[in-house]
Amino acid sequence: MQQLLFFLFAAICVAGAINLLAQRHPISSALSLIVVMGSLAVIYLLLGAEFVAAIQLIVYAGAIMVLFVFVIMLLNAGEEERTPGSRVAWLFGYPAVAILAGLLTWVFLHGGRQVAGAVPLGGPLAASAGSLESAADAGTAVNIGRLLFHDFLLPFEVTSVLVLIAIMGAVVLARRGEE
Amino acid sequence: MSEFAIYVAIAIVKIVVLVVLLLTGVAYTVWLERKLVGHIQNRWGPTRVGPFGLLQPLADGLKLIFKEDLVPPHVYRPLYILAPMLSLALALTSISVIPFGNSITIAGRAIPLQITDVNIGLLVILGVTSIGVYGVALSGWSSNSKYSLLGGLRASAQMVSYEVALGLSLVGVLILSGTFSLRGIVEAQAGGVLHWNIFGGFQFVAFFIYLCAAFAETNRTPFDLPEAETELVAGYHTEYSSMKYAMFMMAEYANMITVGCLASLLFLGGWSGPVPAFLPAWAQALMPVFWFSLRIFLFLCLYIWVRGTLPRFRYDQLMAFGWKVLLPLALANIVVTSLVVGLRA
Repeated sequence: MQQLLFFLFAAICVAGAINLLAQRHPISSALSLIVVMGSLAVIYLLLGAEFVAAIQLIVYAGAIMVLFVFVIMLLNAGEEERTPGSRVAWLFGYPAVAILAGLLTWVFLHGGRQVAGAVPLGGPLAASAGSLESAADAGTAVNIGRLLFHDFLLPFEVTSVLVLIAIMGAVVLARRGEE
Repeated sequence: MSEFAIYVAIAIVKIVVLVVLLLTGVAYTVWLERKLVGHIQNRWGPTRVGPFGLLQPLADGLKLIFKEDLVPPHVYRPLYILAPMLSLALALTSISVIPFGNSITIAGRAIPLQITDVNIGLLVILGVTSIGVYGVALSGWSSNSKYSLLGGLRASAQMVSYEVALGLSLVGVLILSGTFSLRGIVEAQAGGVLHWNIFGGFQFVAFFIYLCAAFAETNRTPFDLPEAETELVAGYHTEYSSMKYAMFMMAEYANMITVGCLASLLFLGGWSGPVPAFLPAWAQALMPVFWFSLRIFLFLCLYIWVRGTLPRFRYDQLMAFGWKVLLPLALANIVVTSLVVGLRA
């Protein structure tokens, strides 16, 4: 059942991502991105990370993408022209994609399962923190809170300062036009 | 029948019962609103269909179903049709994690009065309501009309802004109860009026913020800028008619009911209330549902009362109020609440 759901939502996710690139209208692309975010949330849920799944839905699908859609609506962006791709893409882009795909396939097929296979999300975190009873309830809000505000306090605070700087930069840039 | 089949059957019955009740509630909220606003303005409201106009929702529904379903030629069809469906579906989804009382026992089986009890119930509701913006935003955009577009833009900006204050106003309650589970939050307030979060937890500031933000989230007066009829014709649903229009209205009233449920669960002690001992057992089991419904009813009356009395905000006032008043207040409330909880521990 879980595997079935995983493949279903993985397929939806990939289809959404391809549709995002194939659509010519910005709104359709943004909506496909929302589909991708939503199916990612379901996959988190399947991995037992319900808190992360809910946050994924609230923050990415509910806030960030609303702003995307808002800006597209505000600018009233029309349909894009389809261009035949630049020479750089032909020279470097396509070979790079091919090499990356080959590399990933090789890793997954040759013993990469321990690294990237059916590991519960938060499992590596739990192992490194070593303060949890089992990896299975690593996804609950209590454990994520403990990891963020206790075991990984310094990285968390540094990240928050970084975000604060970004916000202040945005305000400064937006203010400049007024004077 | 196997255990799994029984589980599925119970879940389906619960979903059907709840959706039917919710839609009836939606219909009669419209009736209540027309009646109350009528009396506030010294009118009678609907009186013609049935006693006290009680069959008016039925007549309204029939009228809307039989109206011609116009689709203007210049709309972007897929999204134009998707938008009302999205609004209504999400509005109905959020009811699924709301508990209506303790469990009742039927044929030796305890059935909790809730479709599903997830331990992140509150986050599920926040997530579903935050996705609900798309219904309004996309209807505004896909209608391809300037009034609709302006309504959709206003709605998305307003909902994103007030969602921040709404989410932060709930943090105080979460600190006090220590769980995301709505059932757990209600159980943490057990023991009389003074243990409710609004009084015992000193969350009245949070309750005020929640009220304002919730009014804005549901696009109700005094925050009904997205459908301000004096400037935008009807805002985001200008180009909709018949049942598509009705779906937007149903979503709005269903959201009002959800907001009322959430307010009672988080701040007003949920379904707690005196259960008289002389009642028969089945009535005692249903008393919590009665107390819960009473709170929702009073909350809906408050909604309508506010609509009947307050004028609409101007758009810059709306934004300034959200970001410069509600947000700092909510943050201060979080700091004070966590200080008190920390010092008590």
